[in-house]
Amino acid sequence: MGKEKKVRDSASDDCWWWLVQNGTSAVFITIGLFALLVRVAVSLHPYSGAGNPPKFGDYEAQRHWMEITTNLPVKEWYRNSSSNDLSYWGLDYPPLTAYQSFIHGLFLKFFHPESVALFTSRGHESYLGKLFMRWTVLSSDALIFFPAVLYFIVVHYNQPSRSHKSELAWHIAALLLSPCLILIDHGHFQFNCISLGFTIGAVAGILSGKDLVGSVLYCLALNHKQMSAYFAPAFFSHLLGKCLRRKYPIFEVLKLGLLVIGTFAAVWWPYLYSTQSILEVLSRLAPFERGIFEDYVANFWCASSVLIKWKRLFTTESLKLISFTATVITCLPSMIQQIKSPSNRGFLYAMLNSAFSFYLFSFQVHEKSILLPLLPATMLAVEEPFVFKWFTQFAMLSMFPLICRDNLVVAYLALLALFVLMLSAPVQHRARKSNYFDTYLGSATMFLILCCYFVLHIVYLTMHPPKKYPFLFEAIIMNLCFSQFVLVTLACNIKQWLLNKPAKSEEIEKKLI
Amino acid sequence: MGKEKLSFKEVHHSHNPKTTLWWFFFVATCIKVLLFPSYRSTDFEVHRNWLALTHSLPLSQWYFDETSPWTLDYPPFFAYFERFLSVFAHLIDPQMVHLQDGLNYSSNKVVYFQRVTAILSDLSLLYGVYRLTRNLNSRKQKLIWSLIVWSPMLFVVDHVHFQYNGFLIGILLISLSYLEEGRDLLGGFVFAVLLCFKHLFAVAAPVYFVYLLRHYCWGGILRGFSRILIMGGVVIAVFASAFGPFFHLGQLQQVIRRLFPFGRGLCHAYWAPNFWVFYIMSDKGLALVLRKLGFNIQVPVASFTAGLVGDSSPFSVLPQITPFVTFLTVLLALSPCLLKAWKNPQPQMISRWVAYAYTCGFLFGWHVHEKASLHFVIPLAFVAAQTLEDARHYFLLSIVSCYSIFPLLFEAQEYPIKVLLLLLHSILMWSGFSAQFCDEDETASRPSTNSKKKADEVGSECNPGATVKKGFVIGWSERIYLIGLVVVEIWGQILHPLLLGDKFAFAPLMLISIYCAFGITYSWIWQLISIVRSL
Repeated sequence: MGKEKKVRDSASDDCWWWLVQNGTSAVFITIGLFALLVRVAVSLHPYSGAGNPPKFGDYEAQRHWMEITTNLPVKEWYRNSSSNDLSYWGLDYPPLTAYQSFIHGLFLKFFHPESVALFTSRGHESYLGKLFMRWTVLSSDALIFFPAVLYFIVVHYNQPSRSHKSELAWHIAALLLSPCLILIDHGHFQFNCISLGFTIGAVAGILSGKDLVGSVLYCLALNHKQMSAYFAPAFFSHLLGKCLRRKYPIFEVLKLGLLVIGTFAAVWWPYLYSTQSILEVLSRLAPFERGIFEDYVANFWCASSVLIKWKRLFTTESLKLISFTATVITCLPSMIQQIKSPSNRGFLYAMLNSAFSFYLFSFQVHEKSILLPLLPATMLAVEEPFVFKWFTQFAMLSMFPLICRDNLVVAYLALLALFVLMLSAPVQHRARKSNYFDTYLGSATMFLILCCYFVLHIVYLTMHPPKKYPFLFEAIIMNLCFSQFVLVTLACNIKQWLLNKPAKSEEIEKKLI
Repeated sequence: MGKEKLSFKEVHHSHNPKTTLWWFFFVATCIKVLLFPSYRSTDFEVHRNWLALTHSLPLSQWYFDETSPWTLDYPPFFAYFERFLSVFAHLIDPQMVHLQDGLNYSSNKVVYFQRVTAILSDLSLLYGVYRLTRNLNSRKQKLIWSLIVWSPMLFVVDHVHFQYNGFLIGILLISLSYLEEGRDLLGGFVFAVLLCFKHLFAVAAPVYFVYLLRHYCWGGILRGFSRILIMGGVVIAVFASAFGPFFHLGQLQQVIRRLFPFGRGLCHAYWAPNFWVFYIMSDKGLALVLRKLGFNIQVPVASFTAGLVGDSSPFSVLPQITPFVTFLTVLLALSPCLLKAWKNPQPQMISRWVAYAYTCGFLFGWHVHEKASLHFVIPLAFVAAQTLEDARHYFLLSIVSCYSIFPLLFEAQEYPIKVLLLLLHSILMWSGFSAQFCDEDETASRPSTNSKKKADEVGSECNPGATVKKGFVIGWSERIYLIGLVVVEIWGQILHPLLLGDKFAFAPLMLISIYCAFGITYSWIWQLISIVRSL
């Protein structure tokens, strides 16, 4: 940070010098406070399933987990019993989520015991209950996500080539004010900030060369939400690629492998006493019975089901196999690139690409999973400002039907506007340079797509779909988003492979010298 | 505020201050929209009732209707404003403007509608800020905009608690901007309009009167007389258009009675942090001491902490305060400023004087609301950007007055919001002022911006070129006072409920009033000195 303070921003005579001039910490505190304010304001809005018995929504699920974990012994958390009815929002995330629920449950038990009382609190809704639940997310965000972002920023901007302070502030804002994450965590109600925070921390660790720290943090992310496995190919291939280039590759790989196993063992400790209990937990984590997709999600299976009725044509078993194969094939290119020539930038692209191939092709994807590919895209925001902007907009759209169900439209529109304002003046010299979309699509097409974007919002809010096709609008929205996501991931795959070229030419130059 | 960063690029490329001001406004608007579902005070229902009342009753009954306890007690222009809004309200949801069915109506439609009207009416604030700052350099502009458009007090009072202060203060700023430009007639006209929107702004009327008399009307008997006639005519025309219809109906007395409810008592239920807090406390203290000494002191029937104030004196020792006494005190406090305005009516001093007048009104007035501190905190933001001393004073004042309105939002849900707003405001002010006043050694080489005096101050304060850490520094006493603010808050929020439980439930609030009263009194003295010392 000290270094950056000395570096004079080239644009120091512009009118926003004052926020930047006090150093990274002041910038971070200012933006962090603003981001917290936005989060608190969003948390005033309704949560998913508010006042909607008997199943309510994700809010009730999280509350129920707090109820279960604080009232039952660890071993029974994942076991169906008379006091733990797994068919009513049974725990279906890995143990770290359960521990987190336990800690938050203790907090609720202390201040508002009736909201987590066993049995009687089912469907509990109250002013204080909502408030404390909201505060559990806010505190997790402030304690895990925010420090992780700071760590990432410090590492990312410690490299001598990056000295633009305005860029740094812009990047912090992009990470902390990501509208999708705020809406899902503080509006809809989930704890993505924890697993994503661990992931950012892991990335920062790896970017700074501390692979061991990185892999431990990533294991924690994986143990909080199994969805973090979307990034697994990138982490695996990048670390493997790095190890292979060291002196004792096998030793390095072993070291990392042991560390990963150790972390997993530590997290899973209470369930390691028998194979059966491990299987019990594992079976909760993989809900294959729910079908290849639920609701409407902008991935390949849902988008193509307009033409091909996958669910009717194939059995669940064969669909599992098909989706698995498709996922692996699509993330192979980026994996190979990382094994061949691991690099920091390439790693971020690989994360984006592998997360996208999971989102687009894997089994049982939620619309909320778009947060996972969105994270590396945000970390790449300075390199790829246009992709970041375009992608975030369509990620928002892809969640719009969900948001409407949750009665969060006002918050959605305000956050979208805030996001556009934030981007209203992106780092322009870079935007021009790397605007892939413009060259591929042409500005007229892009303008047309944006028009569709706005019209779809209005149509969805104001019009009723024809009776024959009650989900017509959802299908249109998902297909539009799907097409844009495919474009983004194609562009980023190509970009990742192009990274090799300049590196090679530099090497050649060095050799010549 | 990360986004500023982004916007700076934009500014850098487009150099259009208007776009930047809009950008400020829209960012604020996003936050205001996010605050839609937050807590609403009874003022929300007050304004809804006024919508219904003006929409469904003929003009002749506006000031007589008592269907709801929240009777109309603002001057006629505000009633016309509500009548105008009610046209749209009726289009959106007729129940909103129904006199009986609409009572305590709180569907999403009515909430969104009223919140949106508060946001849109802030456009007058935006215009006022723009007019007042359009001739300043771009740095100062942005500093002032961030102080006013993102003022935490306006967020709390207008967009959570619910009122239309931004709109009214906007009109005040427009009036001030005309005066600063030397267009006195328009300035006086706009101020008269403002008085017909909300009569509480009349505290500054003496300053306006003296200033306009000396600056606009002085100079030769013929010129002076004709100008007095013109100004008087304009003001009378404004008042006639407001009160004329009621005068015609013979209801003027009723209107006046509604506007000035002196039966309400010296202090509001929550004591505004002003001089009378000290007065009450010293009364209590004296009574205690005298009782110890063996005197027979009667406990007053009416008590301030109970919030009930009847006709009997609430004081046990000190003489009772009547509205007339407060009126005289305010005038007395104002007199040095009026004298200055008489001697040397300068346009560039008018913001300072008007702000001072509202400070006096706040400190010594009758039944003052804590929200009234907005009336001087917002105009003082323009003064704050002038010198380092002003900035220091403003830094303290705006934090104290923002803190003093914390009790308005008493529910747990809004607690983080008010705290975050204040913290954010403080850190923005701090970065803004340190950049404005301590980074100027760089710009000092470009002589266009600073006066010599300022350069001297900057030099003495910031040791240009030295290795000393740059930044906006406030004095030790101010620092200790601000730390005390944190202590008061921790006491009220955590320690008091823990240690004393429900006993003395009024004590934390009382503590806030007393503590903030010190800050506001300091600000008053500071302003007084700076006015007396000015040329």
